[in-house]
Amino acid sequence: MSLGGEWYLAVAAALFTIGAVGLLVRRNVLVMFMCVELMLNAVNLTFVTFARMLDDIGGQALVFFVLVVAAAEVVVGLGIIVSIFRRRAAATADDLHILKG
Amino acid sequence: MAALGAALLAQVAPSGGAADQLQPLRLPSVEYSAMVPHLILLGSALALLLAVSLVRPRPGKGLYAWFTVAAGAASGVAAWMKWREVVVHGSYRAVANALVVDGFACFMMIVIAVAVVLGALLADSYLRREGLDGPEFYVLVLLSAAGGMFMATANDLIVLFLGLEILSIALYVLTGYHRRRAESREAAMKYFILGAFSSALFLYGIALMYGATGSTNLVEIGSFLAQNVVTNDGLLLAGLVLILVGLGFKVAAVPFHAWTPDVYQGAPTPVTGFMAAAAKAAGFAGLLRVLFTTFGSQRLDWQPLVWALAVLTLLVGSTLAVVQSDIKRMLAYSSISHAGYVLIGLQAATDRGIAGSLYYLLAYTFMVLGSFAVVTLVGRRGDDAHDLDNYRGLATRRPALALAFTVLLMAQAGIPFTTGFLAKFYVIGAAVQAHSYALALIGMVAAVIAAFFYLRVIVLMYTPLSDEDAAAAPRIPLPFGTGVVLVVAVAFTLAFGIAPQPMIEFARQASHNLLF
Repeated sequence: MSLGGEWYLAVAAALFTIGAVGLLVRRNVLVMFMCVELMLNAVNLTFVTFARMLDDIGGQALVFFVLVVAAAEVVVGLGIIVSIFRRRAAATADDLHILKG
Repeated sequence: MAALGAALLAQVAPSGGAADQLQPLRLPSVEYSAMVPHLILLGSALALLLAVSLVRPRPGKGLYAWFTVAAGAASGVAAWMKWREVVVHGSYRAVANALVVDGFACFMMIVIAVAVVLGALLADSYLRREGLDGPEFYVLVLLSAAGGMFMATANDLIVLFLGLEILSIALYVLTGYHRRRAESREAAMKYFILGAFSSALFLYGIALMYGATGSTNLVEIGSFLAQNVVTNDGLLLAGLVLILVGLGFKVAAVPFHAWTPDVYQGAPTPVTGFMAAAAKAAGFAGLLRVLFTTFGSQRLDWQPLVWALAVLTLLVGSTLAVVQSDIKRMLAYSSISHAGYVLIGLQAATDRGIAGSLYYLLAYTFMVLGSFAVVTLVGRRGDDAHDLDNYRGLATRRPALALAFTVLLMAQAGIPFTTGFLAKFYVIGAAVQAHSYALALIGMVAAVIAAFFYLRVIVLMYTPLSDEDAAAAPRIPLPFGTGVVLVVAVAFTLAFGIAPQPMIEFARQASHNLLF
């Protein structure tokens, strides 16, 4: 039995939504960060599925670019998180209140 | 880029029945000559990093800054030579159609190069004052500008995405560069989270677009849309909206502006200036390219969206700027409202509108970098004297500085005989010509509101100080590099405000090849 591409797209969309909602509602910076990764990987799944549906290898190649960018983002993001929360017990976004956005 | 990937993977992919029969590896030719301006920036960033790792650096001489200025200027000259080439021989595409070199791209590259030069001059004295001098800052500025240039020349959504990320990731670090200031670190965190969120949305938009049209190449998508009627256009429209949102974040259009005031306030002041100039220019370069090259035929779909964005951006930017008591937050909201004016030109979707938007971006680069030069100086050591009260009586303490800031603020407000006035005039004129009367009217109303808070700062500066206040006020040194930035910014703003023809002609020519 094989599932149609639409199912994969639906899973990807669900993952992307979970990531986006998680980013907006969670307060722990590390979890927010993981949500971003979830969103990027949902996009990867979408790319691969479309590549398969369109029978075009280009979409799969794009995933590599996204992976590299995600890795670079992780490095910088974790660096920033460490620099902020080095002297604090918990990594919650509520502690970031000097600038009133 | 998709073609490049296809060629690379063609070898690995099983091809029908004869899996053992490998296709020859087809690599696209990489025309390095098409990306000389980018390569100069990238190369000098790497050279700087390498040189200071090999040779024990002697900081405090401004060496890094002047190196960066030279690199930025060289890149700008290279972009100018590309411009001459394009004017004579026409635009061309390179690297398997992933890049395009046309007048528009060259114009944007020149704007970004200007931001690098002025930003580096501004950063030099700031970093030494704060005890932060080091090559990393300049390396990051050069890399981020290279990302911006890739956005300007991108002819493929993935190249656009990569450029956006190179620009943004370097900017996240730059925002947190003032390690000892909690505000700076916090701004970096906020910028990072929201920036990553917006890039993810942008990327999902690309994926949906790829699914709907089968390509990520801007021109291919454009011709696909011109030839086919997409019956089920849900994917396409969702993709378009997500791409618009992602780039809207970068250019700080309302309702995607939430990060702007915090990041502008928290970031080291020269970084704020560079970010305001370069990131906005690059973001708009991407936005203009995508909307016109690719979705030119779908303009009836996106024009209402851009209209709504422009109205919100103008009104929210100008009204919220009025209630700020921190100059950097005020300039942040003013930069939001400037984005609104660029969107007016974009919404018109005519020759004149695009030329107006381009001219606006060029004029804005000088105005905003000059303004943040003043803010850097008044901010003093520690970079935290940004309350409006610090500007009280600036004219008695530093008449030249106050005069320069007055000119720059008047230009931002759109007072005649400055580039700021002409920029507003052209975009609003384009809106009228395109029969967007309501938008033109809102633009004028926003300009009136905005004039209030610019004038408030000017009045504060010219309020006389009592003698003991004047004696107590801290002395404001004027370093050479910052002085150069101020002179250049004011000179450009006034000279091309009085004799605008060359710059307008420049913007008009650059806008030509964007519209079919």
